[in-house]
Order: sequence, then C-alpha cells, then structure tokens
Amino acid sequence: MTRGVAVQLTDLRRTYSGVNALDGLTLHLEPGELVALLGPSGCGKTTALRCLAGLEDPDSGRVEVGGKDLTKVSTNKRDMGMVFQAYSLFPHLTARQNVEFGLQLRKQGSEQRRRRSAEMLELVGLSAHVDKYAHQMSGGQQQRVALARALAIEPQVLLLDEPLSALDAKVRTQLRDEIRRIQLEVGTTTLFVTHDQEEALAIADRVGVMRSGKLLQLAAPQELYSRPADDFVADFVGLTNRVVGTSRGTTAEALGASLPLLPGSATEGTVTVLIRPEHLTVTQDAQGSAVVISSSFLGAQGRVVVSPGEDLQQVLVQVPSAAVADFAPGDRVTLRPVGAPALAVARG
Amino acid sequence: MSGIRATRRRRQSVLRWVVVTVSMVFFAAPLAGMLDFTTKDAQGRRTAATWAKLVDVEGISRDYPDLAAGFTASVGLAVLTVVVMLVLLVPTMTWVRLRVPGLSRTVEFLCLLPLTVPAIVLVVGLTPVYSWVTYFLGESTIWLGFAYVILVLPYAYRSIDVGLRAIDVKTLSEAARSLGAGWGRVMVRVVLPNLRTAVLSAAFLAVALTLGEFTIANLFSRTNLQVAMFLLGKSDAQISVAVGLAALVFAFIVLFGLSFVGGRSHSRKENS
Repeated sequence: MTRGVAVQLTDLRRTYSGVNALDGLTLHLEPGELVALLGPSGCGKTTALRCLAGLEDPDSGRVEVGGKDLTKVSTNKRDMGMVFQAYSLFPHLTARQNVEFGLQLRKQGSEQRRRRSAEMLELVGLSAHVDKYAHQMSGGQQQRVALARALAIEPQVLLLDEPLSALDAKVRTQLRDEIRRIQLEVGTTTLFVTHDQEEALAIADRVGVMRSGKLLQLAAPQELYSRPADDFVADFVGLTNRVVGTSRGTTAEALGASLPLLPGSATEGTVTVLIRPEHLTVTQDAQGSAVVISSSFLGAQGRVVVSPGEDLQQVLVQVPSAAVADFAPGDRVTLRPVGAPALAVARG
Repeated sequence: MSGIRATRRRRQSVLRWVVVTVSMVFFAAPLAGMLDFTTKDAQGRRTAATWAKLVDVEGISRDYPDLAAGFTASVGLAVLTVVVMLVLLVPTMTWVRLRVPGLSRTVEFLCLLPLTVPAIVLVVGLTPVYSWVTYFLGESTIWLGFAYVILVLPYAYRSIDVGLRAIDVKTLSEAARSLGAGWGRVMVRVVLPNLRTAVLSAAFLAVALTLGEFTIANLFSRTNLQVAMFLLGKSDAQISVAVGLAALVFAFIVLFGLSFVGGRSHSRKENS
C-alpha cells in the first residue's frame, strides 16, 4: 500500500494585506497518511494546501515532500494531484479525456493512457460515463472524475480542497467514504481541507484544527474529540456545553459532581467546564432543580435542552431516541455528568 | 383569460414580423441597389459581365492591378491583425484575470479607449510612430496591421471578456497546472479551446473591420481594398461597387459560418 511520501511544512507564513493567513504553520504528514485540516472560513487551511500545491508562494517557511525542498518549485513540477472545491473538469473534454490529460503531458502512449483512464474511472465507479462531458454529469460524478484525474498521474501527494462542499448531504457522505476507500487502496499521502468536522473526523487518520493561521491541535479524531487542547477546539469539534464550575487541581466541581480534568485545564478558581452532551444524563425527578426547555428527536438519537436552574445557561443533553418522548417542556429533571474527563478554562 | 393571452401573443408576433421585415428592407435595399447597378450595361440591359470580370482572377489582376494589390494587402492585414490581436489580448486578459484582477478595469479602459479616438486623430498620433516603422520594416501596407490592432481592441476585448466570464479560468488553469501543464500548455490546451467561440467572434470582428478600413490607409497613403475601391470608383464604378457588394456578402458568409460552427459544437456536446 504505502506508495506515499512524507510531507513536511515548516514555519509557513503568508500575509494578505496585513492579515496573517498562515502564522508559522508547521505540519508533518506520514507516508500514506490522510490528514484533514479543519477550521472556520479564513483560518488559513486552504492557504496551507495551496502553499503545498505551489499555487501560493509562502512569505517564508519550507515545503518538503519526500525529503526534497519544493518551496521554490512551480506547481506543474510538484507531482501532486488536486481536487478543487469548484468543479474543475475541462468542459471541452470528456471524462476519459480529462483523466488522460495529465498522462498525455507525461508523454504516455495512447494505449497506456486509455488503459489507465479506464482503470481510474472504474475505481471511482464511472466506467459507464467515460464519454460524457462535464455538463452531462452530476456534481458528484464530476468530483469523482476529478478524483480519478488527480490519481491517474500517480501523484506523490493528493490534495483535496473541500471537494464535497458543493454536493448535497447524501452524495457527500457517499463520496466521502469512497474517497477514504480509494485513498487507502492507492496509499497516497493526502491532505484534505474541510470546514465540516464530521467529514474530517470520519475519514482522516489525523485531524488538524486551525485558527487564524495557526495549527491549534493535530491528533487522531478520537483524541481530538475526547481530549481537545483548548476551548476553541472543543467548541469547533462536536457539541460542547459550557458550565460554570470550580477547579481543584486535577478535578472540577460542576453540576453537583466532581469531574476529572484534562491536561491543559485551569487548575484553580472559578472556571468554565466544557462538557459534551453525551457526557451528561438527565432523569425525571419531580424534586429536581433543572427544567426541560425542549426535546427533539434526531433519528438515531435525541436531544434534550435543560435549564440547570441556577444562574447557568442552558445545557444540551444527548439521550437515546426512544427516551425523547419522556421529556416535555417544563418537566422537572435531575442533571448529572457521567464523570468523563472534561476541559476547564479560566473564566475571562 | 386565455383568449386575451392568445390575442396578445398574436399581436406581439405580428409586431415582431413587422420589425424584422422593416429591418430586412432597410438593410437589403442598398444591397439590391448595388446588385441592380452592377448587373446593367450602359443601355440598361441585364448583364453579368461585371461579375464575370470579378471572378476572372487573372483578368482582374491584369486589368485592375491596384484592386488586386489592395485585396491582397487587406487579406494580409486581416491575418496580421487577427494574429497580433489574439497573441496580445488572450494571454494578457487571462493573466490579468488570474493574477492581477485589480488591473482588469485599467486593461478594459485601455482597450476601449480607441473607441473614443477618431481615426484622423489616431493617424496624427501614429505618424511619428510609423516613420520609425517605415524606417525599420519598410513601406509595405501590411504594417498598417499594428494600427488596426488598436482599432479592433475594443470589439475584440468585449468578445474575449464575455468568453472568459463564461468559464472558471482560475480553477481550470490551476487544475491543469497541478496535472503538470506549463503556462503555454494551459493557454493552448485549456483556455483557448474553451474560448473558441469568443476567439472566433473576436477574429471575425477584426477581419470585418480590417476589410472595411479606409481612413487610416488613405491618410497614410497606403493601398488596401477600400482605398483601391475608392480609386477604382473614379474610373470604373461598376466593378468598384461589385467588389464592395462581394466584400459584404463575404462578411455575411463568415458571420453565418461562425454562428453555425459555434452552434454545431454546442449541439454536438448536448447530443453526446
């Protein structure tokens, strides 16, 4: 499998009109690894990918691929396949001709090109659409062809710049899984940029969360979710309740329970404890101090919004979908943390 | 309700046909007059002698050397104008759109500027330039092509700009570059094929304008088709008018061919 190469971005800086798009970004990708860069709009994730592709020149820093310094190498000599957010198929070429484009530039013979394009289009499940033009295909099909085109040249690195954002939810999930299957099959080192946390968590080996040009945390999806480095990461990845508590070294008192604190937490004084909705339980209790504000059925699970009763903001609790009907607005309930480690940040 | 709508539709249809017919008569009447004039002899009898002379290439070269020279010069001028205009404009506009979009207003202003400058003023400005052109390249009429490029800029700019707006040049060129294409290949293999109709349209406008240009050539004392026709008109009006009519018909055929090519390539893609 591992045909991939290591990628190293070191201290990349890029400024646009005084705004730091990249502020000393350092990132390492292992050979064959899929790393997702996640963050809100304008956090610098696309700029990082474009610097790696050579489509943007960093003000300073180094881009190394397979141990070679590519910082000053032009895009067309970097040997990277790229799938863009916007549909990027050449409109005057068919799906097959699009896939053969890069191979033709590499002076491959027509028979070899045809074989390779057929192989790639089969890989993305579009063997029946080889002679179609871009305008005759759906958005999902176009992005599949774009993926086949990027992979056909056997790139050292595959770059995916929000390739699913223009697609509807169902196609997006389907194609997301296909990208992961294909990436594992071909073993190309891949950088995937997205603002969709679910997408990043679902397919990446590691996820990097960015903000204001900086990489805040780079970790495996599970670790990122369960041990966020700071409150921004905790807020951005998954849902989080912000509850007032008191920190006592390695634990914090919140919602009437003592919670173990994650590394990096504030260790004393009044703090904001970040608790995931699934780390809370809610039970019917006529004597309880909390009140149900609303409950909603979301298919596989349900959510109940509860007011803890004190001078605290509302709290979201995840419950089994079958239990949603048990909670009506105005019901008195008891709210309890399950005791999972949480992050505590000093109250600003 | 549907009766009122049908009546309104009928009225609109009649109005449309009236407008089309009046326009056709307006444009066709002078052409019919030209045809009538060139197909009559001195006694007012119908004859195709003038047109027979026109299609006799050897005869016309022998009997009307200035006309033949003017025609050759105009064809050469058209080719040079189209080539220089495309080489200058397509990469520049693509580059501006990709790399310095902030300059697009300036480029547009520069390209549209010749519209506001009368040909006579242009000639005054170009006279010192052409004394150097003549010094370095000689007195050939063909070098008027450089001035004609300036004349066609506004029309060519509009056509190419429409074409560039219709495609996502940035993404397409970045996709091509990521696949290994240099800038030359991006232009030839990706940008130009997607600008085909726009480029053809710009080229046609350039050809039409070049074939019809009189003022600059006359003021620079060069002989192109229009100058030759003007001079010929003094000695043989019939052949001069016949050439004018032929040039117009040629322009119509090119325009029709252009729309046919554009339409056919589009429908072929749709069908496949």
